[in-house]
Amino acid sequence: MKHLLSIADLSRAEIDSILTTAEEMHDVQNRQVKKLPALRGRTVVNLFFEDSTRTRSSFELAAKWLSADAVNVSAKGSSVSKGESMRDTLMTLDAMGVDAIVMRHAGSGSVAQAAGWVRASMINAGDGMHEHPTQALLDAHAMRRHLARNDLGDLEGKRVAIVGDLLHSRVVRSNVLLLNKLGASVVLVAPPTLMPPGAEAWDADSTAVFDDVLDDIDVAMMLRVQRERMSGGFFPSEREYVDAYGLTPRRLARLRDGACVMHPGPMNRGLEISSLAADSPRSIVLDQVSSGVAVRMSVLYHVLAGDSSTH
Amino acid sequence: MDRTILTADDMAWALTRMTHEILERNRGATDVVLLGILTRGAPLATRLSAVAEAQGHTLPVGQLDITMYRDDLRANPTRTVGRTILPGPIDDKVVVLVDDVLFSGRTIQAALHALADLGRPRSIQLVTLIDRGHRELPIQADIVGKVLPTSRDERVRVRLAESDGEDLVTIERSAS
Repeated sequence: MKHLLSIADLSRAEIDSILTTAEEMHDVQNRQVKKLPALRGRTVVNLFFEDSTRTRSSFELAAKWLSADAVNVSAKGSSVSKGESMRDTLMTLDAMGVDAIVMRHAGSGSVAQAAGWVRASMINAGDGMHEHPTQALLDAHAMRRHLARNDLGDLEGKRVAIVGDLLHSRVVRSNVLLLNKLGASVVLVAPPTLMPPGAEAWDADSTAVFDDVLDDIDVAMMLRVQRERMSGGFFPSEREYVDAYGLTPRRLARLRDGACVMHPGPMNRGLEISSLAADSPRSIVLDQVSSGVAVRMSVLYHVLAGDSSTH
Repeated sequence: MDRTILTADDMAWALTRMTHEILERNRGATDVVLLGILTRGAPLATRLSAVAEAQGHTLPVGQLDITMYRDDLRANPTRTVGRTILPGPIDDKVVVLVDDVLFSGRTIQAALHALADLGRPRSIQLVTLIDRGHRELPIQADIVGKVLPTSRDERVRVRLAESDGEDLVTIERSAS
């Protein structure tokens, strides 16, 4: 695997290999010596044109725990703020001989475009509202661990509701692609104003009424209402949003046995998710965070460890 | 042409003898832990433990995946990592590494590095079903099922009932 640009590029066998390896990486996180030598001598650059704490630090930890050297470059305070183009920034880093560039950029498709300019492996850490493949992989990993812990089998045949601000989410598309490849079905739940254009062509059901699907879902994946990306009124008021789409204590109680609650964070408590739901035994929000490092270790391993001639 | 080196009966006999040697060498099973190196070392370790159990000794078993520690990681296509499972902490224990074939010694070198990240055993011993020679590192086994002089272009195949449906060790000349 040379790059990780989109879930669409991954075969079922590659997905299984990434998730299986992530299981082993999870154990490394619990060890006293959190270090594997697999990527010794390799260099990974985290190139973030947008701010991110969670994704960037988990990629950084993942690289370091695999013994790679990790360098963080953020657009703020770098040549980018002096007017250098994205292409020149990438080619400069590439000329330094780095092995992988983990990139986040506001432009949809920008990481795939960058892959054509550099020799290094490119890993998509979020390109605009297009994809965020490692987030989808870590979500699937966290779901699989939850199912295994509760003897509920695999993701095959399970139903996942993705609820809320789908329009501004970069992870929805990746999640729909990945969950379908793993045999699960997806139902998108959002007010029409927050449903991405073209979503009707995705391999997922959709509804504007959360209450209609509550009884038959195995996962309620709540998305953050991204107020900072909203310029206009996408819904009448926060109170009405909570009434229609929030995971309130009443809705939490209606979820069936074994169903879990997810949220990619950061959470707006009291808006898309109630504190009772966020802190309930059904919540696997913190598992998602720890899965993040394990899955990113696995992705870096798959992209960088093998024979370069097979890339 | 394949030549049979060990039949199922030979293998059972060898494993029984090896278990006795482990118990004798360590004056019993106290503080001794068996760790099978994936993939075929793991079922062999389980069998050694079963033989010990039949003799009234408890030898806890675990398995060790050394993929991430291989020195030829970059020379091969990426492999899915297997699971390392320890029967408990290995600090101050006698860890007996179990593998099917001892060849260059590089697998064992990787296993020693992996163990160093998992704890600090009191000592580490090496048990292997076949020792075929051609060492590239100063490593030797403490207990061997069968020493098998081979040439480099020959291939030793260990088949185990757990993964291959039968117990059989053969030697074959490579097609080249």
